[in-house]
Amino acid sequence: MADQRLRAPMRSPLGRAIGLGSAKEGVEHWWALRVTSIALVPLVLWFVMAVIGLTGADHATVVDWLSGPLPAVLLLLLLIAAFYHSALGLQVVIEDYIDNEAARLGLIIAMRLAHILLAALGIFAVLRIAIGP
Amino acid sequence: MTQAERPLSPHLQVYRWQLTSVLSILHRATGAALSLGTILLVCWLVAAAEGPEAYAGMQGFLRSWLGLLLLFGWSVALFYHLCNGIRHLWWDTGRGLELKSVYAGGWAVLAATAVLTIIAWLLGLSGWGY
Repeated sequence: MADQRLRAPMRSPLGRAIGLGSAKEGVEHWWALRVTSIALVPLVLWFVMAVIGLTGADHATVVDWLSGPLPAVLLLLLLIAAFYHSALGLQVVIEDYIDNEAARLGLIIAMRLAHILLAALGIFAVLRIAIGP
Repeated sequence: MTQAERPLSPHLQVYRWQLTSVLSILHRATGAALSLGTILLVCWLVAAAEGPEAYAGMQGFLRSWLGLLLLFGWSVALFYHLCNGIRHLWWDTGRGLELKSVYAGGWAVLAATAVLTIIAWLLGLSGWGY
């Protein structure tokens, strides 16, 4: 970076600074992590209680439970919030520990795609049960 | 502007372990573990959508020692990340950042994690459901 500055003496201080600072997206990422975490508090507590209630239940009982509008919708919301929250959180971890830019970017993209795949599988499963064959 | 002579912060291992840093590391570790744990959740849902046979197979796995171990780790990580996440949200409001409150909150999170895990497993194992 220092070499670049020496080689471009005609650039104004503003011209040198533009593009080096914040991408102005960090605040949104920070907020989304918080909002999803707030949504996940009641959703996770509800889900844990529901799963404890379903311990040992057979397939018909689970399908019957998931066919109700409220469990199906809450589970869909849980999946969306959880995978969004997970992707945001893991991105911060990757950005903190992976120094190499290509590896970091590649890992974030792979992580995001894996999240989209898992979320889609989960959402499709819930819809299949809720709407029926 | 030379960068070479700047002092560097010492490596992590020279610091004494303390509650604050351990809980912070645990929040990351449990978060990453829960991200992996979503695979188990999706497998359970896909098995339920597939039909009775697939669901019985999934249930059989979850009742094996490996399945129970995964579920136990899953539940501890979930309850810890949930409780400590609430502690983080409280900090985000600018409150509870004095050293005394940080330690009190930390011990409270550990206690709440233990209590929630014990209650969940007592209810689950006692056949509270079906």
